[in-house]
Amino acid sequence: MKHDTIEKSIPLMSILVVLVISIGGLVEIVPLFYLDSVIEKVEGMRPYTPLELKGRDIYLREGCYNCHSQMIRPFRDETERYGHYSLAAESQYDHPFQWGSKRTGPDLARVGGKYSSLWHQEHMRRPRNLVPESVMPNYPWLEKNSLDYADIAKRMEVMQTIGVPYSASMIQNAVADLEAQAIPDSESDALLERYGDKVVLDDFDGDAKRITELDALVAYLQMLGTLVDFSAYTAQER
Amino acid sequence: MVHASTPPLEMYDYGVIKKFSIMAIIYAVVGFLVGDLLAWQLTFPDLNFDSPYLSFGRLRPLHTSAVIFAFGGSVLFATSYYVVQRTCKARLFSSALTNFTFWGWNIIVLAVVITYPLGLSQGKEYAETIWPIDVLITLVWVAYFINFVGTLAKRKEKHIYVANWFYLAFIITVAVLHLVNNAAVPVNWTDSYSLYSGVQDAMIQWWYGHNAVGFFLTAAFLGLMYYFVPKQAERPVYSYRLSIVHFWAIIFLYIWAGPHHLHYTALPDWASTLGATFSIMLLLPSWGGMINGIMTLSGAWHKLRTDPVLRFFIISLSFYGMSTFEGPMMSIKAVNALSHYTDWTIGHVHSGALGWVAMVSFGALYHMVPRLYGTTIYSKGLINLHFWLSTIGVVLYITAMWISGVMQGLMWRAYDEFGNLTYSFAETVAAMHPYYLIRSVGGLVFLLGSLVMVYNVYKTIRQAPDRAARA
Repeated sequence: MKHDTIEKSIPLMSILVVLVISIGGLVEIVPLFYLDSVIEKVEGMRPYTPLELKGRDIYLREGCYNCHSQMIRPFRDETERYGHYSLAAESQYDHPFQWGSKRTGPDLARVGGKYSSLWHQEHMRRPRNLVPESVMPNYPWLEKNSLDYADIAKRMEVMQTIGVPYSASMIQNAVADLEAQAIPDSESDALLERYGDKVVLDDFDGDAKRITELDALVAYLQMLGTLVDFSAYTAQER
Repeated sequence: MVHASTPPLEMYDYGVIKKFSIMAIIYAVVGFLVGDLLAWQLTFPDLNFDSPYLSFGRLRPLHTSAVIFAFGGSVLFATSYYVVQRTCKARLFSSALTNFTFWGWNIIVLAVVITYPLGLSQGKEYAETIWPIDVLITLVWVAYFINFVGTLAKRKEKHIYVANWFYLAFIITVAVLHLVNNAAVPVNWTDSYSLYSGVQDAMIQWWYGHNAVGFFLTAAFLGLMYYFVPKQAERPVYSYRLSIVHFWAIIFLYIWAGPHHLHYTALPDWASTLGATFSIMLLLPSWGGMINGIMTLSGAWHKLRTDPVLRFFIISLSFYGMSTFEGPMMSIKAVNALSHYTDWTIGHVHSGALGWVAMVSFGALYHMVPRLYGTTIYSKGLINLHFWLSTIGVVLYITAMWISGVMQGLMWRAYDEFGNLTYSFAETVAAMHPYYLIRSVGGLVFLLGSLVMVYNVYKTIRQAPDRAARA
């Protein structure tokens, strides 16, 4: 076929464009949904608790991904600085993913448990009080804003429809679980039974009386990268 | 393929092109202004003013959307409507669709300006718009496609001119990218969760993200280049055969390049290796476009001495060639291991976005605006001033980011003689400060240049004969 023919026909040219631009995407994207080796088999992964999920929403809202990655590459310096390299399994419930593309600040994939909640409170208030070189903005509004979690069950239902394994009892008890995790010394057995013993219980924002946005964000930060049991994990051929 | 005869002005719909051109200039200033504020915030973090609405994390998406979709998008609407009418010798297909695309696109921009500072975001880079805005974008884009193709169908020439191939491929591909990447389930009228998660979402996001560069910022602007460079130089396109080969090659290869953003991540190695392989091949059709543009000046090189508009075109093609060499190089795994996550990427993006996209847009606007208003440009000297401010601004920006990016990458991986990491992360942040300052100044110089353009275009429109009749 001479190119002359294509140049004279809009439908022909349009169809050829669609074909030509489809191939690369199909080859690279579609197999990721079917190949078993894409997501590793690991112990310990669970959906976010209601409080962590709200915290993650705030992480997205503030655009933290613009400066922080959550993807540790398998290099000596990165694993020494941040911990075990990230697995695909660890972000399998992240809608959308938050691997990031830039490290203006450090990677956060395994920031959970690295600092105390008290440290995070001060750091969110004014990062330069703790890290003088930091260029991170202050986030004073997080501890002032009460957390709005009226729709938490709805959010978990939506997550369930797109493949996050929330159980019916998790959704039913969403509000109770959220409060149990955020309010110190509350009855938390049911929460731990549903989400596992590793769930961090703390007074995340330093204010025992209120549940604030800072509670949710710090709860999210404190669980990042802590779920997979790496003592039971061996790298597999992918 | 340059058309010598110009039919009467009334034959074409120029009203919408004037409006899109003016909005493009306004959005350019806004986008550069927000970008430079961000640069100063990284230099002096107190400039976040403890306000949620001005904090870096919320403003950075506003900057990227303002420059890519508001400024770049308006330039593309204006130039594609201009080019398709003039090369087809036909009026735009439907004035209703034309108006819908203009008002729809500007309402989208307004919605972005309101929602982003409020923290309403999908949390996907370069696709932060919440789902109702995504729906509106889809509607406007379908209208754009129908309007563009409808105009092509009315053409008086048998052949579709090469510039229109690029615009057509851009419109089709952006529709596909937008629909697939933004698939989400709504929670309420503002919030939604992406249909995809983790590794699949990462792959789809960068397939989208890199082809926003490949089609929105490259293919479409090559279309622009194929009309305006020959027109301004008054020379035919250098090689018709080269334009065929590099058109099909560039749209085929670009779509594979996305996963080079995901080297050494949890994405399977085969995918990122494929991405890198195609990225390296992409050098050839990219340079095909650059060569075809620059060589169009064959026999007309002397015009560069006297024509500052042509100077904008040639420097933009030079930056295009440089960025499309740098990109494939950065997609090589060993290079990417150093460059990824650093300012080098930011520098690379800006040598493409400021050096290529913005400069070629300035050239097109300087070419188009006087013709739309039936006059000549108010001041060639001011175009020249804008040219030098832009060039100096870009060079300051990208050299600062090269140095800081490479330094950052090297400091992160440095070990001392005892086998310990030499630098804490905080020390690497402190080392960036002087370069962040240089970048801020470079951005400011570039912004000043755009203000010179505002003044020059304003005076040009003011001096147009019987303005009211043509408005």
